[in-house]
Formats: sequence, structure tokens, C-alpha cells
Amino acid sequence: MPELERHSFDVLVIGAGGAGLRAAIEAREHGMRTAVLCKSLFGKAHTVMAEGGIAAAMGNVNSSDNWQVHFRDTMRGGKFLNNWRMAELHAQEAPQRVWELETYGALFDRTKDGRISQRNFGGHEYPRLAHVGDRTGLELIRTLQQKIVSLQQEDHREFGDYEERLRVFQEFTVTDLVKDGDRIAGAFGYWRESGRFVLFEAPAVILATGGIGKSFKVTSNSWEYTGDGHALALRAGASLINMEFIQFHPTGMVWPPSVKGILVTESVRGDGGVLRNSDGKRFMFDYIPEVFKDKYADNEEEADRWYTDQANNRRPPELLPRDEVARAINSEVKAGRGSPHGGVFLDVSTRLPAEEIRRRLPSMHHQFKELADVDITAQPMEVGPTCHYVMGGVEVDPDTGSSSVAGLYAAGEVSGGMHGSNRLGGNSLSDLLVFGRRAGAGAAEYVRAMTDRPVVSEESVTEARATALKPFQQEGGENPYTLHMELQQSMNDLVGIIRRAGEMEEALQRLEKLKERAQSLTVEGHQQFNPGWHLALDLRNMLLVSECVAKAALLRTESRGGHTRDDHPSMDAEWRRKLLVCTASGDGAVVEEKPQIPIRSDLLDLFDRTELEKYLTAEELA
Amino acid sequence: MSYQGKFRVWRGDDSGGALEDFTVEVNEGEVVLDIIHRLQATQAPDLAVRWNCKAGKCGSCSAEINGRPRLMCMTRMSVFEESETITVTPMRTFPIIRDLVTDVSFNYTKAREIPSFAPPKDLAPGEYRMQQVDVERSQEFRKCIECFLCQNTCHVVRDHEENKEAFSGPRFLMRVAELEMHPLDTADRVDQAQDEHGLGYCNITKCCSEVCPEHIHITDNALIPMKERVADRKYDPIVWLGNKLFRRP
Repeated sequence: MPELERHSFDVLVIGAGGAGLRAAIEAREHGMRTAVLCKSLFGKAHTVMAEGGIAAAMGNVNSSDNWQVHFRDTMRGGKFLNNWRMAELHAQEAPQRVWELETYGALFDRTKDGRISQRNFGGHEYPRLAHVGDRTGLELIRTLQQKIVSLQQEDHREFGDYEERLRVFQEFTVTDLVKDGDRIAGAFGYWRESGRFVLFEAPAVILATGGIGKSFKVTSNSWEYTGDGHALALRAGASLINMEFIQFHPTGMVWPPSVKGILVTESVRGDGGVLRNSDGKRFMFDYIPEVFKDKYADNEEEADRWYTDQANNRRPPELLPRDEVARAINSEVKAGRGSPHGGVFLDVSTRLPAEEIRRRLPSMHHQFKELADVDITAQPMEVGPTCHYVMGGVEVDPDTGSSSVAGLYAAGEVSGGMHGSNRLGGNSLSDLLVFGRRAGAGAAEYVRAMTDRPVVSEESVTEARATALKPFQQEGGENPYTLHMELQQSMNDLVGIIRRAGEMEEALQRLEKLKERAQSLTVEGHQQFNPGWHLALDLRNMLLVSECVAKAALLRTESRGGHTRDDHPSMDAEWRRKLLVCTASGDGAVVEEKPQIPIRSDLLDLFDRTELEKYLTAEELA
Repeated sequence: MSYQGKFRVWRGDDSGGALEDFTVEVNEGEVVLDIIHRLQATQAPDLAVRWNCKAGKCGSCSAEINGRPRLMCMTRMSVFEESETITVTPMRTFPIIRDLVTDVSFNYTKAREIPSFAPPKDLAPGEYRMQQVDVERSQEFRKCIECFLCQNTCHVVRDHEENKEAFSGPRFLMRVAELEMHPLDTADRVDQAQDEHGLGYCNITKCCSEVCPEHIHITDNALIPMKERVADRKYDPIVWLGNKLFRRP
């Protein structure tokens, strides 16, 4: 057996998207020796795909905006299932996190008076999204990457070593967390390039691994989104909440087949784009739910006036929260009023001058032209729902990001609670920054207060190594690619945008069979940069997380946000008071009910009673 | 609509390798990366390839397709004849790791050598004021997805391994220009560009701009203006004198 590579750090951050990098910056600035481990190259994380912007109530475009309004919008978007403390911290701290990015060198689009410009987005009452054209995620990731480089340059000046206190291990996958008793002691994984194993000894681990979209067939997510952090947390003994809530973004590309699912930014609608069916009708007016009737225009004239006069008109229904728009598109297609390739039409060409479209939506223009031969300045796009984001994740303490396992933290998409049953567009990038920073500080405080450091046992290393090598030990087993495709098809068809009890029971049966078959996967070749082996290891995570999603979705007998039950179509105020909590048991997952924490009274006072009556039980309102 | 396409893919590692022939299904609307993925799933499960977003936004899947540096996810199969054999090879300027994956650490080393944004000390977060027209110049360069195709193409390093030490390459010279044109950056970057990052090696053949998948005018908008600033300072006696008399602290 070759010598095991070993490293020792104070804080390990798994994932190098927005949350991971912001957490690493914070931990390092608290004096912790910090490592970032990421599956891709540094700077390629999925955050680059975020297009629209960062929601922060800076009030630069409409001075009526403030954190209370943002808080209200976030709670409404999540249908009041959100962890209110997270929603509060998020709304309060997002502006500081955006301004801080400017000190790192970010260049946002500007208002006429030279401040950061803000754009409209679904579910946000005022123009609130700081943005850079439609490539805000790239700006965010590059800015944080460059901030990390600047911290490394500081270390170089001080110690002669760029990596003295902050090091990035890129193209590295973590397969297991290691514990010492009840506490986190480190992480075990492999270099993707060489396949060699590495042990990281560290008393604190921050999960920032993003989402789970690769368990679904049609998704805007990249290969990295295999639910690694969700599964690592479960296996380490932490709990997940809200796993039944999956956001299907209403507008993914539907043609050509090879790009099916790739995101079309909500900014298209925020900047005036409209949805039409095959009859040419703007159908969203038919889908305004009762709870939103007073906020959204019921006719085209008023909706169009809103773009220039927001004080005296209601918003266009194209800007309803994402779950509503996705369901509406789904219904139109099912009713036979879809576009030729099974979506609906999203048109901005008749709404803005060509020059303006190219300026505001350059990467959409580029994407459609290059990949679909569609010129969005002259033709409508064809779009349909795509699996985009998981609201569920590790159950954390809002202030510090700590999970129930000592030393284990989570931030960003892998954590749960902030967005309730549905996330508003733009609230993800702000979530990454606010809670990435908090988790970095939380982990640093934990390490600082520690009297004795945990120790990694040789047995746990031997076990982790054996698990990782298992796919090479077997012959004649199945191809991991085949299993992955079957998993994606099952989740897409049976636990997708519209759900029924019978179908989810079937999904769970299929998942059991897939789990059995996954025991005997076989991979060819050797450990060096072997994608078949990587997928075999990722599948273990996808299967565990998919089981959580299906089990929680089967239990929740109501429809709310990113969870729509055909057999239980209405929202039930009793269910708002319950969280579904997933934990690991054997090689599977169990899901149990737990009461939701009641909303603090001064935060409840921010809403009208008539609005609260739509969501809360009579008992809660008494 | 589908046909059997002919592919030659370079396979091997740092000890050597060769082009391998494959016949593989191609469907309407597909890009080269789809075909590479189909090869992985059906014929060569251990074929190494880097990719991520599959939408031209992350810059991971750079390779040379029929000898031309491109992103595999943005190269549509419809640009080729059905009868054509399509050759896919790794980027040539960087050391091979395996198959289509190269060691791009050169770029990360160069990135670290460029002094970071130096914000004005007297402005608190939230007090930054800049005009759109002034940020647009640097914004163009911040569109860069770091696919490193420009670095791969630039003949200064593509054909001359020995220049790698002294030359940062178009991507990172553009980074210097981006900071130089940032309305609030306080550092002086002109001499650095010439003396530390090898701007002088660039002889504006514009190959970098030609392969940029983001269509950034690297040469025209970043490198040439930087060269002009260097020239002004080096040869203009008035600028020279001004610098001597009114040096920034």
C-alpha cells in the first residue's frame, strides 16, 4: 500500500463556489490555517452559472427598499416555511456583503449616480439584484478567487510561502468525513488526477458542496452536483431538513436535446420578457394564485405599465415566484398548448430593441445563437422547467452554520432552512455570501475555543480507503453510467415537478433495487483520472440523497413551493408547522416529523394579519 | 437525423500516447462534448476529460478540435460534414496529464504573480462611486472565463517553452490591463506589465483574440493600450519628467 499523503489544517472547506470561498476567506481572516478542497479547477464552480444577480436591499434604485421588505419577500417566496432567523440575517446582512465585494475588486453595473445598479426579479417587490449583465455568478466567483489570491500574496510577503495559511486543493474529491468520537476529526479523499488518497486532519469542516441536481435527468446543474455534502453530513450523523422541496426553474432550454435543461436567466422576464403559448397568449394571467392576487396585475396593460411606474401598478405575473411559473408552464404544455419542442415561448424580441437585448442579456444572446441557432433579438426562445436548486439541506444553527455534529458546518445550497419551500431568484448568491461568512466565523470560533484536538484513528482511514477502492475489487458488475441514467430517469419521472403517492412509492422501490445493484459496480482501468470510478463513488451519494427526497416528498401530503402533489393540491397551514428531518440509518435514510420553530413576534408584526391568515393556523394567530 | 461519426481522440499520458479511432453515434443539435461523453458511457469509460457547465460559462472543456483551440461544449457537430473525421487533441502548450486533460497550473502560478486590486484607503464599503462608462472597459476583460485557450494559442509560449518564466500570457496581461483601467485602483501597473509580466514579448498577432470564446478584444482593447502606456512613459520626455517630479506616494 503506498504511503498516505497527510495534511493538517484548522478549518477544511469542502467546495469552492461562492459559499466555500467566502467561508475560507473568513476563516483565514480569523487566523485559521484553512484549506479549500474542490472537485473542479479553482474558479470553475457552479456559481459561475448564476446569471441574474445578488439580492440585497441597498435601495439604490428604489429608496423604499429595506431589509424588512426583503425579509417579507423571502418569507412569502418560501411560503412561510423558511427558518425566520436565517431569512432575517440574510436580509439584514446582504447589502454589506455586496459592498464588501467592491472592496475585493468586483465591478457591478452602475446607476446614473455611480452606485451599484439593481434589477427587478421574480418575487422581489423592488429592483433589488446587484448584477453584471447576465454573468453575475462569474463576477462573484472571480472576485472571491482574486480575494483569495490577494490573501495568499499577503502570506507570501510575510512568510515567503503563498500557501502558509490558505491553500486550495483543486480537482480533489472527499469521499468520507472522519470523526473522533462525536466530533469531526478530518476528511478522507482522493486526487482526481492521480487517484492517490489523502487524509486531512482538521477539527472543523465546512460543507459548501452545493446541490443535488445530477440525480435528475433534466437539470441546469453540472456533474459536480451529486449531493456530496448532503450525503457526507448524513453519514457523519447530521440531519437534513426540507429535502422534499426542489426548485424547478421555469425557464431551461428545451432544444436541442444536448442542451436540454441549461438555464435561461430570469432576468429575461425581469427586463420585460413575456411567456406565450402556441396560441400566442400571455398565459401567466390565468395562473395567479389567490395568495398573490393583490400583488400581481391581471391584465396586460397594467403589467406593462409596471415597468415604468411601479408605485401605481401591480407586477406582471411572469414575475411570480419560480414554483408558480414552472407549474403554469407545465400545465400549458400538458394542455397541448406548448411549443414544437415541448416547452413554451419566452419572448423578449418584441419587447426591447435589439441593441438593448444584446447589452442587458449578452450571454443569453450568445448561448442561444451558438447552441440553438436562435437569435433572441428577432425570435422567441423555447423554454421549459429544469431541476435547478434544492431548498433542503443540512439543518444548521442560523448564526454560526453549525450542524448537530460538533465541528461540522454547512453554508450555501447544501444547508437547509433559509429558503423554506421555494427560493427567490437572486437570494442564492446573497445566501452564499451571508452564510459563507458566518460559517467561516463559526468554525473559527469553535476551533479557537477547543482545548484538545481530535485524533484520526487508523481504523477509520483503512475503512475509508476500502470503501473508495471497492469498485475496482469486483468483476462482472454493472457499468456506473447505466445506473446513473436509470436513477436520473426515475427521479425525473416519479419525483419530479408534479408528484403522486403511487409514483413516489414506485420510485422508492426502484431506488432500493438501484442501491442493491450499486453494491456490485465495476469500473475499468486504473485510479488515474478515471471518470467511471469517480461516478461510481458519486452514485453512493446520489442514491442516499434521492432516498431522502422521495421519502420526505411522500410524507408531505400538501402542495407548497417546490413540492407539488397532484393528490394533495392545496397548501395546509398545519403542515407549515412541521419540518421533515432526514437522518441516515444503515445504508439508507429515515425521515421524521419535527415541529417548526415559531416565528418571532416582532417579525410576524411586519406582515398584515390578512396576509398571515393565508399561511398560519388559527391557533398561531390567536 | 443521427449518423455514425468518425472520431480520432488522443489517448495517453505524460509518458506518451497516440490518436485512437472511434465510430460513434451523433444526433441532431449535439456538440463535440456530447460525443466525448457518449464515448465515455459506451466505449471508453476511463477517457479523461475536464468539463463542468456545458454552456460556455466555466471554461473547463478546452481542447483542440481539428487543430483549432476551442471549447468542446460550444463546438456544434453541425459545423462539420457527416463524412469528416474529427480529431480531438489536448491543448498543446500545457503538459499532458491524461487523454484530453492537461496540467494548467502555469496559469494559476501567473495569476498569483499579479498584485491584487488596491482599493482606495479612504473609501468605506458602500461608498464606491463609479460611472458605467468607466467600468465598462474593465468589465469587458472580466467576462473572461479562464478557459486558457488564449494562453494555449499564444506562440510566445506555444512554441517557446523557455519564455514561460518571463511571460504571463494574454490572459494575465489582460488582467493587468483590467486593474490598470479599474476606476478606483490605486496601484501603478504600467512598468510592472513590461518588466514583470513580459508585455514586450507580445507582437500583436491577435491569435489570442481570435480563439477567445467570449469574443473579448484582448489585443485591441487590453494589450495595445497597455503597450501605448508603456511607450508613453518610456519615451515621452514630459511624462518622464512628470513622473520624476510628481511621483505618486
